[in-house]
Amino acid sequence: MSVDRIDSPRRPLLVAALTAAALIAAPFVLPWLGAAPNTVNRILVWGLFGIGFDILFGYTGLLSFGQSALYGTGGFVAAYFLTRAGFPHVITALLIGMVAAAVVGYLVGLVALRRTGIYFAMITVAIAEVFYFVEFNPLAEWTGGENGLPGVPTPSLHLGFTTLHFTTGWALYPFLAFCYFVGIVIALRIVRSPVGVVLRGIRENPLRTAAVGHNVHGYKLAAFVIAAAYAGLAGGLLGVLQAFMPPEAFTFETSGQLVIQTAIGGRGMLFGPLAGAALWLFLQDFLQGPLGLGATWKLVLGLVFVVLVCFLRDGIIGGIRNVYRLVVSRTGKKATADAVPAETTTRPRVASSLPAAAHAANGFTGPIMQTISLTKHYGGVAANDAIDFSVNAGEVRGIIGPNGAGKTTFFKMLTCGVPPTAGTILFKGRDITGMGVTEVCQLGLTKSYQVNQLFHRLTVRENVTIAALAALRGPFRLDLMRRPADIPGLDDRVAHTLELVGLAGRGEAPVAQLAYGEKRRLEIGLALASSPSLLLLDEPLAGMTPTERADTVRLLKSIAQERTMIVIDHDMDSLFELAERITVLQEGRVLADGPPAEIKANAKVQEAYLGGLNGAPA
Amino acid sequence: MITWPNFVSQLFNGLALGALLALIASGLTIIYGTLGVLNLAHGAMFMLGGYAGFAAYEASGSFVVAVLAGTLVLLVVGIVMERVIVRHFYARPHEDQLLVTFGLAIVFVEAVRWLFSSDSKTITPPGALAGITPLGFMLYPTYRLAVVGIVAVALLVLFLVLYRTRLGMIVRAGIEDAVMVDCLGINVDRVFMLVFGIGAMAAGFAGIVNAPIVSLTPEVGEAILVQTFVVVVIGGVGSFPGAVLGGLIAGEIISLTSMVNPGYAYVMLFAAMTLVLVMRPRGLLGAIGRE
Repeated sequence: MSVDRIDSPRRPLLVAALTAAALIAAPFVLPWLGAAPNTVNRILVWGLFGIGFDILFGYTGLLSFGQSALYGTGGFVAAYFLTRAGFPHVITALLIGMVAAAVVGYLVGLVALRRTGIYFAMITVAIAEVFYFVEFNPLAEWTGGENGLPGVPTPSLHLGFTTLHFTTGWALYPFLAFCYFVGIVIALRIVRSPVGVVLRGIRENPLRTAAVGHNVHGYKLAAFVIAAAYAGLAGGLLGVLQAFMPPEAFTFETSGQLVIQTAIGGRGMLFGPLAGAALWLFLQDFLQGPLGLGATWKLVLGLVFVVLVCFLRDGIIGGIRNVYRLVVSRTGKKATADAVPAETTTRPRVASSLPAAAHAANGFTGPIMQTISLTKHYGGVAANDAIDFSVNAGEVRGIIGPNGAGKTTFFKMLTCGVPPTAGTILFKGRDITGMGVTEVCQLGLTKSYQVNQLFHRLTVRENVTIAALAALRGPFRLDLMRRPADIPGLDDRVAHTLELVGLAGRGEAPVAQLAYGEKRRLEIGLALASSPSLLLLDEPLAGMTPTERADTVRLLKSIAQERTMIVIDHDMDSLFELAERITVLQEGRVLADGPPAEIKANAKVQEAYLGGLNGAPA
Repeated sequence: MITWPNFVSQLFNGLALGALLALIASGLTIIYGTLGVLNLAHGAMFMLGGYAGFAAYEASGSFVVAVLAGTLVLLVVGIVMERVIVRHFYARPHEDQLLVTFGLAIVFVEAVRWLFSSDSKTITPPGALAGITPLGFMLYPTYRLAVVGIVAVALLVLFLVLYRTRLGMIVRAGIEDAVMVDCLGINVDRVFMLVFGIGAMAAGFAGIVNAPIVSLTPEVGEAILVQTFVVVVIGGVGSFPGAVLGGLIAGEIISLTSMVNPGYAYVMLFAAMTLVLVMRPRGLLGAIGRE
């Protein structure tokens, strides 16, 4: 499995320069390889179409089979202006088509993004089919129906002293190459912006991305609109390229070909669709021409595609990159093995602490969290039954109770993960009942999960960055051109969080390579990075070795200096050492509440845990 | 001009189409519900069923043999596809499953085009079901009437398999929680294979039964796949009753809109889907938490 990295700031410049060089060299090199200019131009249009799709699929993890709807919309709007409406300026018409596709993309996204996963795929297929039929019938008067719109002009550029005409073949190539170049430069900025980082978070773990305080739906919609804009521009260019806007742009086959090319080339790398389109179109020409397969070419390409999906997950570019990394890491390891001793896990450091948290208690006193007869029913089962609960600011509270006592349900309700059946939750005196996890996280309340919820294919640093971004940027912001390094305080916060949870030396390690104890601490780090004023920890010690437990207890003690914490755990000794007060739940009710010493001595608690040894009926 | 007989006959057409969609969608939805795989080759399987039946019909001249062939060939195709390819994708992300089944759909369609050419093929219904039946107030093609009955029986069989047999109980339990079923010591591996086979068989059966109504082309599965998706979204993923209800609703919408203006059939279908997504995102009969 691949790991993509948020690279150093110099990388994009290098990539952009190499892309420019390749695009300039192409018309001199490719004819030698027997490439027809028209094929090269088509590859560029597919490549540009694919950049947006890759941001949607490769980066955000949303596989749409309906991109044809947006490709066709952009194409027909631009072509309509240039043919029927007699609008003279090609480049402006292309931009209008792009905007139209983005607007349509926003509306389509509102419907399609109501569901995720396979539902999303099915809905996009259905929507695209509607566009196809609408083009053919109700809108035939504007779109030419099955005839499409012929006579789309090519662009020319007036430079004062001379006029450049981009007509066909290699003469059109510079225009398309320039569009592709601009498209890739913008996309490189987008995927490296804070938004790009959040999109990857959504791909890896949408639930956690929302829980650390990002508006997941908003970002998905943004990715959908970005993809729509790219599709719209590419659609317009298709009309220019063919001097004709074909209704086939709207077919399911168009969407399918885009998906195939992206998967073949490699997803999540921006250049994948270009590579995939090159392979697909060259093979098509080759199989039909020199090999004389005629219509069977598609059967062969279909088989090639299935084999590639089965065996080459990251596509061609990804495959090459993986081989390259393997070679580099082999030779690299030999060189560095003696010089630098492999850094082993650093223990959590206790003394240091986070910079003053944004929402930190800031002088808040009294009960920071209160519930009033909080109740949750699952069918006929009362998981939580009228729980009255109050925690003061600055306190460390422990919650214990036998399995099935309703502890996790209680936590889920406190962080607004599930709505209560009845009752009220007050956070800093404010009624948060009915809010969402994202909203309450932004208010300064979050939890670490009982089962790790990490961003698996990202590095430790990227994991913490995603959480820190929500605290520093709010739930939603479209700073698409900003570099994460330019966000004040981000680097400090990430570095401090890593240090605090003892992962300072592991920042570049992918999560998949972490030991279990390290993952557990990263889990806490994600919650910490959003600097909550109230932190809920669901079994932070579960599954740890005794040494790891001792380390983590020390870590939690140092964290507790700056914030209020509520901790669930089954490790009584650790919890009694950590917490100032303990609440005992049993069968969804509060059984007892008091300082650790009192709870230890409480007969009812002993009975609940030891099952009525004193002869009480079972 | 909309006349009363015209309306009723479109209502019947909608019923026939709806029943077919219900059958195809049931196959899709039980495969997804049990295995967690959305089979994008399901439309291609519908098409394959038609062509397998067509080949058998050409060889034997018997429609019954054609139906048997279309059904059984697809049972085998489904099982082979599951054993050779799909089962390696259970542990992979949904996107990869979509990609591979999409690729297989292309392979099926192009293989058929290679074997049978792109020209449309026709199958005539057996003599007893050919011709026109007078229904008193109107005349209606006998075979279409029969299709409603045939598909209703097929749906009933599927219902009995799902709700009255041990296999069906395992399948329904698997839709709720496949890991748990595995833990209970049931050979999930074999059940998965059978479910994929049965799902494919349902699509194949629908494909050959539908063949005398519309002429066969390699693309015939594509439109059906899209309609099936809408059916599943409307009815709710993993729900057999949802597939039946969704199928009938979609069939009637397509048929009745076509009476007024065929160009708007998909628009109305889409409007219905959007309405369901807004009012009840999990589908009319879908359970909460299935995604």
